[in-house]
Amino acid sequence: MADKAHAEEGSGLVFHPMDQFIVKPLFGDGPIHWYTPTNVTLWMALTVVVIVLMLVIGTRRRAVVPTRSQSIGELAYGFIYKMVEDVAGKDAVRFFPYIMTLFMFIVISNFLGLLPTAFTTTSHIAVTAVLALAVFLTVTVLGFVLNGTKFLGLFWVSSAPLALRPVLAIIELFSYFVRPVSHSIRLAGNMMAGHAVIKVFAGFAPMILLSTGIGLVVTPLSILAITAMYGLEMLVSFVQAYVFTILTCVYLKDALHPSH
Amino acid sequence: MASEAKEAGEATVAMPQLDPSTFPNQIFWLLVTLVVIYFVLSRIALPRIAAVLAERQGTITNDIAAAEELKQKAADAETAYNQALADARVEAARIVNEAKAEIQADLDKEIQKADKKIEAKAAESEKAIAEIREGALASVKDVAKSTTKELVAAFGGKADAKTITAAINARLKG
Amino acid sequence: MEGELAHIGAGLAGLGTGLAALGVGNVAANFLAGALRNPSAAASQTATLFIGIAFAEALGIFSFLVALLLMFAV
Repeated sequence: MADKAHAEEGSGLVFHPMDQFIVKPLFGDGPIHWYTPTNVTLWMALTVVVIVLMLVIGTRRRAVVPTRSQSIGELAYGFIYKMVEDVAGKDAVRFFPYIMTLFMFIVISNFLGLLPTAFTTTSHIAVTAVLALAVFLTVTVLGFVLNGTKFLGLFWVSSAPLALRPVLAIIELFSYFVRPVSHSIRLAGNMMAGHAVIKVFAGFAPMILLSTGIGLVVTPLSILAITAMYGLEMLVSFVQAYVFTILTCVYLKDALHPSH
Repeated sequence: MASEAKEAGEATVAMPQLDPSTFPNQIFWLLVTLVVIYFVLSRIALPRIAAVLAERQGTITNDIAAAEELKQKAADAETAYNQALADARVEAARIVNEAKAEIQADLDKEIQKADKKIEAKAAESEKAIAEIREGALASVKDVAKSTTKELVAAFGGKADAKTITAAINARLKG
Repeated sequence: MEGELAHIGAGLAGLGTGLAALGVGNVAANFLAGALRNPSAAASQTATLFIGIAFAEALGIFSFLVALLLMFAV
């Protein structure tokens, strides 16, 4: 299937929907070492630039009555700060910069990925897995450091009947270790699926150039579908960043207050 | 399937996400990015935004306090104004009363003076009238005497003055 | 032959994402029903809503993952 699609690329119209996720070196064609500047580097750098524009350049006036750009930074700050405080508790506020880093990186990467011809860094499982594993390891280590063995109470549901507790403990343990998997695949899967679907419709859009008859029906429909999917993806981009962050807060709450 | 794809194009895998040869590159640049973002946020952006928000909160609190103070001042001013108004009313009433009393006193004095003058004039007039009346009575007596004398003489009598005068006096008393 | 079977399996696994959609819809519908009964409490529970949706969706994503693996990695 993939090779077939590539074979047809000769016509210049059909392209593989997954091609947008290929990691390419920025300069030349050589092999990809760990230090090679690739399109990953480019789009991550752009993410940093956008974050700096939003949160540093936008707030440089420090106006008491905020300008429009300063309001964006303040809204983002207030949004995440409130989330950390509400979900993870007041004593989680010291982790606020880390959570803000995660949120800003994910949300800006998602939105940058929606630009035409952009590369979506968060659609790569390697990236989201690192993010999710970082959260998972932090939470686990923090849980044991702060609570000692009491952290294991997270798996021992003391409110359940005694006979059920070992079974529940296995389920809880399993769901605990599944967390980073679902945490990372949710984000990468959503980003990848949405972008791939847009590309699939985009592949249908130039049909009118191949055959006028079918094209008259397919081309407007697929352009409409691209527009609709794009709108949905805007929503998904934000919601997935929100979900990733709020789940981080939930896990953090488990580490700080492991009582069930 | 995947192996077929690999054979077809060495560089590309059917699903680029599952190509492990790009993982170190992505992870390395991700870590660099995250560290950069973390330092930008924690060193510059977040303290600045927190300071701005705190400052705004402070300004709002101060402004509310200032507004409260101004409101209090306005209320004070209003009571002072009302007090002044009431004082002025009382003062005005007092002045009016004083003026009234003064006028009344002047009036009374003038009336008294006028009364006295009138009384004096009236007494004078009475005196004049009495004199006139007196005069008139005397004249009447004289006329009566002479008339009576003439009348008595005409009837052939001879009347002495004393009797006539007594008779006339008795008659006039009536 | 094996490849074709893997594709059939991938398609079957793809059903799971649709079923997860049912679950997500169920979560959202019940949230809306509750929110309309007590709108004042709704705003404080949106975080819970998203967590619930995320958990329901996670299982759908597993089947999506299985489908992907069957398609590209097996």
